[in-house]
Amino acid sequence: MIYTLLVLSSPTSGHGARTAYRFAQAALARGHDIERIFFLDEGTTAGSQAAVYPQDEESRLQPWIELATHHGVELVLCISSALKRGILDAGEAERYEKPAATAHPAFVISGLGQLIDASAKADRLMTFAR
Amino acid sequence: MVIRQSPYGSSLARAAVDLSLAMGAFEQHFDLLFMGAGVLQLLPDQDSAGIGLKSIGKVLSSLPLYDVERVYVDADALLRHGINADQLVLPVQALDTLALQELLNSADQLVSC
Repeated sequence: MIYTLLVLSSPTSGHGARTAYRFAQAALARGHDIERIFFLDEGTTAGSQAAVYPQDEESRLQPWIELATHHGVELVLCISSALKRGILDAGEAERYEKPAATAHPAFVISGLGQLIDASAKADRLMTFAR
Repeated sequence: MVIRQSPYGSSLARAAVDLSLAMGAFEQHFDLLFMGAGVLQLLPDQDSAGIGLKSIGKVLSSLPLYDVERVYVDADALLRHGINADQLVLPVQALDTLALQELLNSADQLVSC
């Protein structure tokens, strides 16, 4: 089965974001494919490399990085949701004259077309809501 | 596409509307369904200038330009909020619970925001 994941939940509130990467890990372990993981609205803050989480808690960034680097899963942050939350890649930081890139390089910043394209290619679109 | 958020209670409301517009622009075949507090997005004359935001009603009223197949609303939600289906920013079809279930079952994919 080919899955596309839509993550709406914030990594800092509730458990939707965690459920999303746990689902992705489990699906891959069972031999399924992940077409793309798209982050929208509060979900985009998952891509921040500037966030500092409590050290005695599970990392909320590392599982995503591992999905991208070990399994080649594409992680896409919605550009309009990301920019207004201060999540910028190097190109956007330069364009808007901001002091630093805050998006982790494992994530790509792009438009809603990336969600539409990925859901058209997938058997299932899974939404992880708030 | 299921829209459940009240228009100005969270940023997700606008994100869901933007996603609907993008789906239209990318020529996807989809129906739009407003449920629960989401029906409040369809109210006419939303004056959101006082909270410094664009009117969601105004954005929604441009949807017919985007080839959306049909716009449905949850009839119970209209009743609960005291809204008349004829006075909304879009022409809508109100559905009872049974018809809602059928509509949701008939979709290949669902996005609910």
